[in-house]
Amino acid sequence: MSDPILEVRGLRKTFRLSPKQQKIEKTKQKVKVAVDGLSFSALRGEIFGLLGPNGAGKTTTLRLLATLIKPDAGDALVDGASIVTEPERVRERIGFLTSELKLEDFFTPDYLYDFFSRLHRVPDQARQARKQALFQRFGIDRFAQVKVADLSTGMKQKVSLVISIVHDPDIIIFDEPTNGLDVITAKVVTDFLQELRQQGKTVLVSTHIFSLVEKLCDRVGIIIDGSMALCGTLDEVCQGKNLEDRFFDLYVERMGKDA
Amino acid sequence: MKNGMLTIFRKELARFFGDKRTVLGTILLPGVLIFVVYTFMGSALSNQFSVDEDFAPTIQAVNLPDSIAALADQAGVDIQAAADMDQAKSLIREQELDLLAVFPSGFDAQVAAYDVASGQSAPVVELYYNSASVDSSTAYEMLDALLAGYETSLANKFDVNPGEGTYNLASEADTAGTLMSSMMPMLLVIFLFSGCMATAPESIAGEKERGTIATLLITPVSRSGLALGKICALSIIALLSGLSSTVGTLLSMPTLMQLDGEMHMAYTPAHYLALCLIILSTVLFIVTCISLISAFAKTIKEAQTYVTPLMILAMVVGITAMFGGGASTQAWAYLIPFYNSVQVMAGIFALEVNWTFLLIALVSNLAYTAALTWGLTRMFSSEKIMFQR
Repeated sequence: MSDPILEVRGLRKTFRLSPKQQKIEKTKQKVKVAVDGLSFSALRGEIFGLLGPNGAGKTTTLRLLATLIKPDAGDALVDGASIVTEPERVRERIGFLTSELKLEDFFTPDYLYDFFSRLHRVPDQARQARKQALFQRFGIDRFAQVKVADLSTGMKQKVSLVISIVHDPDIIIFDEPTNGLDVITAKVVTDFLQELRQQGKTVLVSTHIFSLVEKLCDRVGIIIDGSMALCGTLDEVCQGKNLEDRFFDLYVERMGKDA
Repeated sequence: MKNGMLTIFRKELARFFGDKRTVLGTILLPGVLIFVVYTFMGSALSNQFSVDEDFAPTIQAVNLPDSIAALADQAGVDIQAAADMDQAKSLIREQELDLLAVFPSGFDAQVAAYDVASGQSAPVVELYYNSASVDSSTAYEMLDALLAGYETSLANKFDVNPGEGTYNLASEADTAGTLMSSMMPMLLVIFLFSGCMATAPESIAGEKERGTIATLLITPVSRSGLALGKICALSIIALLSGLSSTVGTLLSMPTLMQLDGEMHMAYTPAHYLALCLIILSTVLFIVTCISLISAFAKTIKEAQTYVTPLMILAMVVGITAMFGGGASTQAWAYLIPFYNSVQVMAGIFALEVNWTFLLIALVSNLAYTAALTWGLTRMFSSEKIMFQR
């Protein structure tokens, strides 16, 4: 582990609330602050976990880093490329996986792999070799010619995972990587994240599962109500307690009587 | 951008041509159905209004005068004396008798004695028939024509266009062209629009609805490459769909419009070239319009709802070719989207290609397409539009 490959500086993102959303959120405010001046950095070759309750701003942060949405203020440098001014360069450098991203049901994993490789401008020879290796690693070669519509949820998740890294990115961003997966597929995914770390890749995962963070992450950032409540190694964050207890202490401290 | 655009372009075509049912429903079926339906309609109309040469109506008459009997005999129309007028009327109602003619007693003498200037009423002939029966209607027309001819011959002062002379100086090609230019622009606009509607909402609003557009948006492909790749692929599909419908229509047109089967010979390669150019620019414009609307919509259904008024507008503009009395001669008219295409098409089908107007229409359509493509690129970059729920 060495220099930061991802630097997030004062990111802020707000969303306008429709009257319907105001009713659901039980607020009269027309604007919701999803991410509020968030700053942190991730180092090369580490797994960094973003931990927080639902609605804390984890997914919004990852979507900002993936350049799917633009920040109102602040910036982030992804391997030196700004998410504000160089979004295409950022997209070349990251792999992004979230349940929000779907694969076209009509195509086969084999077709989709080639399609996304071409979009990422992977040379043909490198593409074939990497496809073969990844398909074997995840057992996709058994259903490479089956349409996505006919695959199980676990199979689809494996295909999505492989497609998100067709271009062998140095930074991989996973939003709730084991959500909705059976235990076997979840194990395959978590093992792979550790493999990526061994290869010197940086992995950024968002989750609300404490055990996953404890098992995988080198460092963790706890997001509460859109801002970074605490950030550091697991030992620094836990301060002798287990992660779950430490998180709830912090949550009550931050949210006060609203907790 | 070029690499990304080509990859998107190929993916869109693979998506379309990989689904046999979509290809069948969008490209083959419209042309075949139009050909079958129009040919059937043409044949049915032709059968309804054409009379068998051997047709011999059953006609009865009361007080049949010698003069009319002789004329009917010459025309090969057999007229029998009616035994009972009420019974004959009853037979006509039951469609067992075609016509009953009732002449006043002493018809020939009354006609000879009648003075037009006297102010008195002329002798009256009553023809009873049944309009629900094609045979009865035909019998009525035959006897009415025979009596009208006889009436005219009694006081013939002058003739208009007598005999077999050719007085209509329009060529068959002109006649066919006029008919074609009134019908085809509207049909073409509808076909091209239908082709675009079948694919564009699915490709853009469908990707939003299924969540697959986000998967594309996190790749390094530029938004303009994404927009152009989709527009080019959708244009090809829409062109093929429009081509299928157009071929179906052109093949069935002679039967439908009762035209000479060789009417297409009047159109030269220059006409076809002009037609191809205007169709291509029109398709690009329509595809981009629908793509823009589809990008704004959250679902395919919503996109189709938004596009429907535009299609109605295009149809209304298409109808103007039926009443305009030929293509517009005003240059500014060729700057108006849809209307310019319809006017150019009307000119081409009427065998009058104005290359200047064609050029104005092409350039303006391409300019609108470029502006809308820029708009689509902006929409692909807008998180509010792409990710609204």
